[in-house]
Amino acid sequence: MFYYLALAALLFSIGLYGVLTRRNIIGILMSLELMFNAANINFVTFNKFVITDGMTGQVFALFVIAVAAAEAVVGLAIVLLVYRNWQGIKTDYINVMKW
Amino acid sequence: MKGFYVAPYLSILIFIVIGIGLVLFTFFLARLIRPSHPYPAKTINYECAELPIGDSWIQFNPRFYIFALIFVIFDVEAVFLFPWAVAFGQLGLYALIEMVIFILILFYGLYYAWKQGVLKWV
Amino acid sequence: MDAPVSLVFWILSFIIIVSAFMVVSLKNIFHCALFLILCLFSVAGIYLLLNAEFLAAAQVLIYVGAVSILMIFAIMLTSQLASKRISQTNENKLVAFFVCLMFGLSTLVLIANTHVWRYSAQALPEANVLTIGKYLMTDFMLPFEVVSVLLLAAMIGAIVLARKETS
Repeated sequence: MFYYLALAALLFSIGLYGVLTRRNIIGILMSLELMFNAANINFVTFNKFVITDGMTGQVFALFVIAVAAAEAVVGLAIVLLVYRNWQGIKTDYINVMKW
Repeated sequence: MKGFYVAPYLSILIFIVIGIGLVLFTFFLARLIRPSHPYPAKTINYECAELPIGDSWIQFNPRFYIFALIFVIFDVEAVFLFPWAVAFGQLGLYALIEMVIFILILFYGLYYAWKQGVLKWV
Repeated sequence: MDAPVSLVFWILSFIIIVSAFMVVSLKNIFHCALFLILCLFSVAGIYLLLNAEFLAAAQVLIYVGAVSILMIFAIMLTSQLASKRISQTNENKLVAFFVCLMFGLSTLVLIANTHVWRYSAQALPEANVLTIGKYLMTDFMLPFEVVSVLLLAAMIGAIVLARKETS
Protein backbone atom coordinates (compact mmCIF):
# COMPACT_ATOMS: atom_id res chain seq x y z
CA MET A 1 0.00 0.00 0.00
CA PHE A 2 2.95 2.27 0.71
CA TYR A 3 3.94 2.16 -2.95
CA TYR A 4 0.54 3.29 -4.18
CA LEU A 5 0.44 6.18 -1.71
CA ALA A 6 4.01 7.12 -2.62
CA LEU A 7 3.10 7.10 -6.31
CA ALA A 8 0.15 9.39 -5.60
CA ALA A 9 2.33 11.72 -3.52
CA LEU A 10 4.92 11.99 -6.29
CA LEU A 11 2.25 12.59 -8.91
CA PHE A 12 0.71 15.30 -6.73
CA SER A 13 4.08 17.00 -6.25
CA ILE A 14 4.76 17.02 -9.97
CA GLY A 15 1.30 18.45 -10.64
CA LEU A 16 1.88 21.11 -8.00
CA TYR A 17 5.14 22.06 -9.66
CA GLY A 18 3.33 22.38 -12.98
CA VAL A 19 0.60 24.57 -11.52
CA LEU A 20 3.15 26.85 -9.89
CA THR A 21 5.46 27.27 -12.85
CA ARG A 22 3.40 27.08 -16.03
CA ARG A 23 2.80 30.28 -17.89
CA ASN A 24 0.20 28.84 -20.23
CA ILE A 25 -3.33 28.44 -18.86
CA ILE A 26 -3.79 25.12 -20.63
CA GLY A 27 -0.57 23.90 -19.04
CA ILE A 28 -1.92 24.82 -15.63
CA LEU A 29 -5.14 22.93 -16.34
CA MET A 30 -3.20 19.85 -17.42
CA SER A 31 -1.13 19.91 -14.23
CA LEU A 32 -4.37 20.26 -12.30
CA GLU A 33 -5.64 17.07 -13.91
CA LEU A 34 -2.49 15.31 -12.68
CA MET A 35 -3.27 16.44 -9.13
CA PHE A 36 -6.88 15.20 -9.42
CA ASN A 37 -5.55 11.84 -10.51
CA ALA A 38 -3.19 11.64 -7.56
CA ALA A 39 -6.13 12.23 -5.20
CA ASN A 40 -8.12 9.55 -7.02
CA ILE A 41 -5.33 7.00 -6.66
CA ASN A 42 -5.39 7.67 -2.92
CA PHE A 43 -9.15 7.15 -2.72
CA VAL A 44 -9.00 3.85 -4.55
CA THR A 45 -5.98 2.66 -2.58
CA PHE A 46 -7.66 3.25 0.76
CA ASN A 47 -10.77 1.60 -0.59
CA LYS A 48 -8.82 -1.53 -1.43
CA PHE A 49 -6.60 -1.86 1.61
CA VAL A 50 -8.28 -0.18 4.57
CA ILE A 51 -12.03 0.22 4.16
CA THR A 52 -13.07 -2.76 2.12
CA ASP A 53 -16.66 -3.28 3.27
CA GLY A 54 -18.09 -1.41 0.33
CA MET A 55 -16.99 0.75 -2.55
CA THR A 56 -17.37 4.19 -1.10
CA GLY A 57 -13.90 5.22 -2.18
CA GLN A 58 -14.48 4.21 -5.77
CA VAL A 59 -17.82 5.98 -5.92
CA PHE A 60 -16.20 9.08 -4.51
CA ALA A 61 -13.41 8.85 -7.07
CA LEU A 62 -16.10 8.64 -9.76
CA PHE A 63 -17.59 11.89 -8.46
CA VAL A 64 -14.11 13.43 -8.48
CA ILE A 65 -13.74 12.48 -12.15
CA ALA A 66 -17.11 14.07 -12.95
CA VAL A 67 -16.21 17.26 -11.09
CA ALA A 68 -12.83 17.37 -12.82
CA ALA A 69 -14.53 17.07 -16.20
CA ALA A 70 -16.88 19.94 -15.32
CA GLU A 71 -13.90 21.97 -14.17
CA ALA A 72 -12.05 21.29 -17.40
CA VAL A 73 -15.09 22.34 -19.46
CA VAL A 74 -15.49 25.67 -17.66
CA GLY A 75 -11.74 26.25 -17.52
CA LEU A 76 -11.27 25.72 -21.23
CA ALA A 77 -14.26 27.95 -22.00
CA ILE A 78 -12.51 30.64 -19.98
CA VAL A 79 -9.35 29.93 -22.00
CA LEU A 80 -11.31 30.58 -25.18
CA LEU A 81 -12.67 33.85 -23.75
CA VAL A 82 -9.22 35.01 -22.64
CA TYR A 83 -7.82 34.15 -26.03
CA ARG A 84 -10.52 36.20 -27.73
CA ASN A 85 -9.86 39.24 -25.59
CA TRP A 86 -6.07 39.17 -25.45
CA GLN A 87 -5.04 37.05 -28.46
CA GLY A 88 -2.89 34.88 -26.19
CA ILE A 89 -3.24 32.72 -23.15
CA LYS A 90 -0.39 33.60 -20.88
CA THR A 91 -1.39 34.06 -17.28
CA ASP A 92 0.34 37.45 -17.25
CA TYR A 93 -2.50 38.79 -19.36
CA ILE A 94 -5.13 38.13 -16.76
CA ASN A 95 -3.83 40.43 -14.09
CA VAL A 96 -6.41 43.09 -14.89
CA MET A 97 -8.63 41.87 -12.07
CA LYS A 98 -5.82 42.37 -9.58
CA TRP A 99 -6.90 45.75 -8.22
CA MET B 1 -3.95 -9.92 -4.36
CA LYS B 2 -4.53 -13.06 -6.34
CA GLY B 3 -2.70 -13.78 -9.54
CA PHE B 4 -5.78 -14.93 -11.41
CA TYR B 5 -7.33 -11.50 -11.07
CA VAL B 6 -4.87 -10.08 -13.58
CA ALA B 7 -5.31 -12.90 -16.06
CA PRO B 8 -8.24 -11.37 -18.05
CA TYR B 9 -6.18 -8.27 -18.65
CA LEU B 10 -3.29 -10.24 -20.04
CA SER B 11 -4.93 -10.11 -23.46
CA ILE B 12 -5.10 -6.32 -23.25
CA LEU B 13 -1.43 -6.25 -22.38
CA ILE B 14 -0.63 -8.48 -25.35
CA PHE B 15 -2.68 -6.17 -27.59
CA ILE B 16 -0.78 -3.12 -26.40
CA VAL B 17 2.60 -4.80 -26.81
CA ILE B 18 1.78 -6.08 -30.31
CA GLY B 19 0.36 -2.68 -31.29
CA ILE B 20 3.44 -0.77 -30.22
CA GLY B 21 5.74 -3.45 -31.59
CA LEU B 22 4.07 -3.45 -34.98
CA VAL B 23 4.45 0.31 -35.36
CA LEU B 24 8.09 0.22 -34.29
CA PHE B 25 8.79 -2.75 -36.54
CA THR B 26 7.23 -1.02 -39.55
CA PHE B 27 9.25 2.13 -38.97
CA PHE B 28 12.39 0.07 -38.58
CA LEU B 29 11.67 -1.87 -41.75
CA ALA B 30 10.97 1.31 -43.68
CA ARG B 31 14.21 2.84 -42.45
CA LEU B 32 16.05 -0.30 -43.48
CA ILE B 33 14.89 -0.45 -47.10
CA ARG B 34 14.26 3.18 -48.08
CA PRO B 35 16.90 5.26 -49.88
CA SER B 36 18.16 8.30 -48.03
CA HIS B 37 18.46 11.46 -50.17
CA PRO B 38 17.26 14.38 -48.08
CA TYR B 39 16.80 17.71 -49.82
CA PRO B 40 14.82 20.75 -48.60
CA ALA B 41 11.83 20.35 -50.91
CA LYS B 42 11.04 17.09 -49.20
CA THR B 43 10.35 18.75 -45.88
CA ILE B 44 7.52 21.07 -47.01
CA ASN B 45 3.95 19.97 -46.49
CA TYR B 46 2.40 17.77 -49.10
CA GLU B 47 -0.08 19.81 -51.12
CA CYS B 48 -0.74 17.97 -54.40
CA ALA B 49 2.22 19.44 -56.30
CA GLU B 50 1.31 22.97 -55.29
CA LEU B 51 3.50 25.07 -53.06
CA PRO B 52 1.68 25.28 -49.72
CA ILE B 53 0.41 28.64 -48.54
CA GLY B 54 0.96 29.35 -44.88
CA ASP B 55 1.67 26.91 -42.14
CA SER B 56 0.18 23.47 -41.65
CA TRP B 57 -0.57 24.49 -38.09
CA ILE B 58 -3.79 26.32 -38.78
CA GLN B 59 -6.21 27.45 -36.17
CA PHE B 60 -9.41 25.67 -36.69
CA ASN B 61 -12.88 26.92 -36.25
CA PRO B 62 -13.98 27.76 -32.70
CA ARG B 63 -17.36 26.30 -33.58
CA PHE B 64 -15.97 22.80 -33.11
CA TYR B 65 -14.98 23.85 -29.67
CA ILE B 66 -18.46 24.37 -28.28
CA PHE B 67 -19.49 20.97 -29.57
CA ALA B 68 -16.47 19.47 -27.80
CA LEU B 69 -17.47 21.17 -24.55
CA ILE B 70 -21.01 19.82 -24.75
CA PHE B 71 -19.67 16.40 -25.72
CA VAL B 72 -17.59 16.17 -22.55
CA ILE B 73 -20.65 16.89 -20.40
CA PHE B 74 -22.69 14.18 -22.06
CA ASP B 75 -19.75 11.79 -21.91
CA VAL B 76 -19.81 12.11 -18.14
CA GLU B 77 -23.54 11.49 -18.20
CA ALA B 78 -22.99 8.32 -20.22
CA VAL B 79 -20.47 7.07 -17.67
CA PHE B 80 -23.04 7.52 -14.93
CA LEU B 81 -25.58 5.63 -17.02
CA PHE B 82 -23.52 2.43 -17.10
CA PRO B 83 -23.70 1.42 -13.41
CA TRP B 84 -27.34 2.46 -13.34
CA ALA B 85 -28.10 0.14 -16.22
CA VAL B 86 -26.30 -2.77 -14.56
CA ALA B 87 -27.93 -2.25 -11.17
CA PHE B 88 -31.37 -1.46 -12.57
CA GLY B 89 -32.60 -5.04 -12.49
CA GLN B 90 -32.25 -5.17 -8.72
CA LEU B 91 -33.59 -1.74 -7.91
CA GLY B 92 -36.74 -1.18 -9.93
CA LEU B 93 -38.94 1.87 -10.24
CA TYR B 94 -37.11 3.99 -7.70
CA ALA B 95 -33.90 3.95 -9.72
CA LEU B 96 -35.86 4.75 -12.86
CA ILE B 97 -37.30 7.89 -11.29
CA GLU B 98 -33.85 8.97 -10.10
CA MET B 99 -32.35 8.53 -13.53
CA VAL B 100 -35.24 10.35 -15.18
CA ILE B 101 -34.59 13.32 -12.89
CA PHE B 102 -30.88 13.13 -13.71
CA ILE B 103 -31.47 13.07 -17.43
CA LEU B 104 -34.14 15.79 -17.31
CA ILE B 105 -31.76 18.15 -15.53
CA LEU B 106 -29.11 17.57 -18.18
CA PHE B 107 -31.69 17.74 -20.92
CA TYR B 108 -32.44 21.29 -19.85
CA GLY B 109 -28.80 22.07 -20.67
CA LEU B 110 -29.27 20.69 -24.16
CA TYR B 111 -32.48 22.69 -24.53
CA TYR B 112 -30.64 25.81 -23.41
CA ALA B 113 -27.87 25.21 -25.92
CA TRP B 114 -30.48 24.70 -28.63
CA LYS B 115 -32.36 27.86 -27.69
CA GLN B 116 -29.17 29.92 -27.63
CA GLY B 117 -28.43 28.73 -31.14
CA VAL B 118 -24.98 27.33 -30.47
CA LEU B 119 -25.90 24.05 -32.10
CA LYS B 120 -26.60 25.74 -35.39
CA TRP B 121 -23.90 25.50 -38.01
CA VAL B 122 -23.96 28.98 -39.45
CA MET C 1 1.92 -8.08 -3.86
CA ASP C 2 2.82 -11.13 -5.87
CA ALA C 3 5.41 -10.97 -8.61
CA PRO C 4 3.50 -10.23 -11.87
CA VAL C 5 1.28 -7.61 -10.24
CA SER C 6 4.22 -5.87 -8.71
CA LEU C 7 6.12 -5.94 -11.99
CA VAL C 8 3.14 -4.36 -13.78
CA PHE C 9 2.89 -1.84 -10.96
CA TRP C 10 6.51 -0.77 -11.29
CA ILE C 11 6.25 -0.40 -15.06
CA LEU C 12 3.06 1.63 -14.77
CA SER C 13 4.44 3.87 -12.04
CA PHE C 14 7.56 4.48 -14.07
CA ILE C 15 5.46 5.53 -17.08
CA ILE C 16 3.24 7.71 -14.88
CA ILE C 17 6.08 9.55 -13.17
CA VAL C 18 8.13 10.06 -16.34
CA SER C 19 5.18 11.24 -18.44
CA ALA C 20 3.90 13.48 -15.63
CA PHE C 21 7.33 15.04 -15.46
CA MET C 22 7.22 15.56 -19.23
CA VAL C 23 3.81 17.21 -18.89
CA VAL C 24 5.14 19.85 -16.55
CA SER C 25 8.54 20.38 -18.14
CA LEU C 26 8.31 20.18 -21.92
CA LYS C 27 8.44 23.37 -23.95
CA ASN C 28 5.97 22.35 -26.63
CA ILE C 29 2.51 22.38 -25.09
CA PHE C 30 1.16 19.97 -27.69
CA HIS C 31 3.67 17.31 -26.67
CA CYS C 32 2.63 17.96 -23.08
CA ALA C 33 -0.94 17.06 -23.98
CA LEU C 34 0.19 13.82 -25.62
CA PHE C 35 2.18 12.87 -22.55
CA LEU C 36 -0.83 13.75 -20.42
CA ILE C 37 -2.82 11.16 -22.36
CA LEU C 38 -0.13 8.54 -21.73
CA CYS C 39 -0.06 9.41 -18.03
CA LEU C 40 -3.83 9.22 -17.61
CA PHE C 41 -3.93 5.91 -19.48
CA SER C 42 -1.36 4.45 -17.10
CA VAL C 43 -3.37 5.71 -14.14
CA ALA C 44 -6.26 3.67 -15.54
CA GLY C 45 -3.92 0.68 -15.41
CA ILE C 46 -3.21 1.41 -11.75
CA TYR C 47 -6.97 1.43 -11.11
CA LEU C 48 -7.15 -2.02 -12.65
CA LEU C 49 -4.48 -3.24 -10.25
CA LEU C 50 -6.56 -1.87 -7.39
CA ASN C 51 -9.71 -3.80 -8.36
CA ALA C 52 -11.44 -0.71 -9.69
CA GLU C 53 -12.42 -1.90 -13.16
CA PHE C 54 -15.29 0.48 -13.66
CA LEU C 55 -13.19 3.42 -12.56
CA ALA C 56 -10.53 2.43 -15.06
CA ALA C 57 -13.14 2.37 -17.81
CA ALA C 58 -14.49 5.73 -16.68
CA GLN C 59 -10.97 7.12 -16.64
CA VAL C 60 -10.37 6.03 -20.22
CA LEU C 61 -13.80 7.30 -21.34
CA ILE C 62 -13.76 10.68 -19.64
CA TYR C 63 -10.12 11.64 -19.28
CA VAL C 64 -8.43 9.97 -22.22
CA GLY C 65 -11.42 10.18 -24.54
CA ALA C 66 -12.89 13.54 -23.72
CA VAL C 67 -10.91 15.85 -21.47
CA SER C 68 -7.57 15.31 -23.21
CA ILE C 69 -9.18 15.78 -26.60
CA LEU C 70 -10.70 19.01 -25.30
CA MET C 71 -7.22 20.11 -24.18
CA ILE C 72 -5.82 19.37 -27.64
CA PHE C 73 -8.70 21.30 -29.22
CA ALA C 74 -7.93 24.23 -26.96
CA ILE C 75 -4.23 24.08 -27.83
CA MET C 76 -4.91 23.96 -31.56
CA LEU C 77 -7.36 26.80 -31.19
CA THR C 78 -5.23 29.13 -29.15
CA SER C 79 -1.52 28.55 -29.42
CA GLN C 80 -0.01 30.76 -32.08
CA LEU C 81 2.51 28.23 -33.29
CA ALA C 82 3.54 25.05 -31.62
CA SER C 83 7.06 25.37 -32.87
CA LYS C 84 7.59 28.83 -31.45
CA ARG C 85 10.06 28.72 -28.61
CA ILE C 86 8.36 30.86 -26.02
CA SER C 87 9.21 30.40 -22.41
CA GLN C 88 6.58 28.20 -20.87
CA THR C 89 7.55 28.74 -17.28
CA ASN C 90 7.44 31.81 -15.11
CA GLU C 91 10.10 33.33 -12.95
CA ASN C 92 9.50 31.40 -9.73
CA LYS C 93 10.63 28.13 -11.28
CA LEU C 94 13.46 27.43 -8.85
CA VAL C 95 11.47 28.28 -5.74
CA ALA C 96 8.58 26.17 -6.94
CA PHE C 97 10.90 23.26 -7.63
CA PHE C 98 12.23 23.31 -4.07
CA VAL C 99 8.77 23.76 -2.58
CA CYS C 100 7.50 20.74 -4.50
CA LEU C 101 10.60 18.71 -3.67
CA MET C 102 10.13 19.45 0.02
CA PHE C 103 6.41 18.72 -0.21
CA GLY C 104 6.96 15.43 -1.99
CA LEU C 105 9.76 14.29 0.33
CA SER C 106 7.91 15.20 3.50
CA THR C 107 4.80 13.44 2.26
CA LEU C 108 6.84 10.33 1.47
CA VAL C 109 8.44 10.35 4.92
CA LEU C 110 5.05 10.86 6.49
CA ILE C 111 3.54 7.93 4.57
CA ALA C 112 6.50 5.68 5.37
CA ASN C 113 6.28 6.42 9.08
CA THR C 114 2.55 6.03 9.45
CA HIS C 115 1.44 2.60 10.60
CA VAL C 116 -1.96 3.28 12.07
CA TRP C 117 -3.95 1.92 9.12
CA ARG C 118 -6.12 -0.94 10.17
CA TYR C 119 -5.58 -3.21 7.21
CA SER C 120 -8.65 -5.12 6.29
CA ALA C 121 -8.29 -8.72 5.19
CA GLN C 122 -11.69 -8.62 3.56
CA ALA C 123 -11.80 -8.61 -0.22
CA LEU C 124 -13.73 -6.04 -2.19
CA PRO C 125 -17.14 -7.04 -3.57
CA GLU C 126 -16.77 -8.99 -6.78
CA ALA C 127 -19.36 -7.31 -9.01
CA ASN C 128 -17.71 -3.97 -9.42
CA VAL C 129 -20.12 -2.10 -11.68
CA LEU C 130 -23.18 -3.54 -9.94
CA THR C 131 -21.99 -2.41 -6.52
CA ILE C 132 -21.20 1.08 -7.76
CA GLY C 133 -24.62 1.28 -9.38
CA LYS C 134 -26.34 0.26 -6.16
CA TYR C 135 -24.37 2.83 -4.21
CA LEU C 136 -25.23 5.55 -6.68
CA MET C 137 -28.92 4.73 -6.49
CA THR C 138 -29.22 4.35 -2.71
CA ASP C 139 -26.57 5.85 -0.43
CA PHE C 140 -25.27 8.42 -2.86
CA MET C 141 -28.60 9.46 -4.34
CA LEU C 142 -28.30 13.12 -3.42
CA PRO C 143 -24.69 13.55 -4.64
CA PHE C 144 -25.73 11.80 -7.84
CA GLU C 145 -28.44 14.36 -8.54
CA VAL C 146 -26.19 17.20 -7.44
CA VAL C 147 -23.62 16.03 -10.00
CA SER C 148 -26.23 16.46 -12.71
CA VAL C 149 -26.93 19.99 -11.49
CA LEU C 150 -23.19 20.66 -11.47
CA LEU C 151 -22.83 19.38 -15.02
CA LEU C 152 -25.77 21.54 -16.07
CA ALA C 153 -24.14 24.58 -14.47
CA ALA C 154 -20.84 23.78 -16.18
CA MET C 155 -22.52 23.38 -19.55
CA ILE C 156 -24.52 26.62 -19.32
CA GLY C 157 -21.45 28.43 -18.03
CA ALA C 158 -19.35 27.13 -20.88
CA ILE C 159 -21.99 28.10 -23.44
CA VAL C 160 -22.31 31.59 -22.00
CA LEU C 161 -18.54 32.04 -21.96
CA ALA C 162 -17.69 30.50 -25.29
CA ARG C 163 -20.56 31.86 -27.37
CA LYS C 164 -19.82 34.71 -29.71
CA GLU C 165 -21.55 37.88 -28.67
CA THR C 166 -24.37 38.50 -31.08
CA SER C 167 -25.29 42.12 -30.67
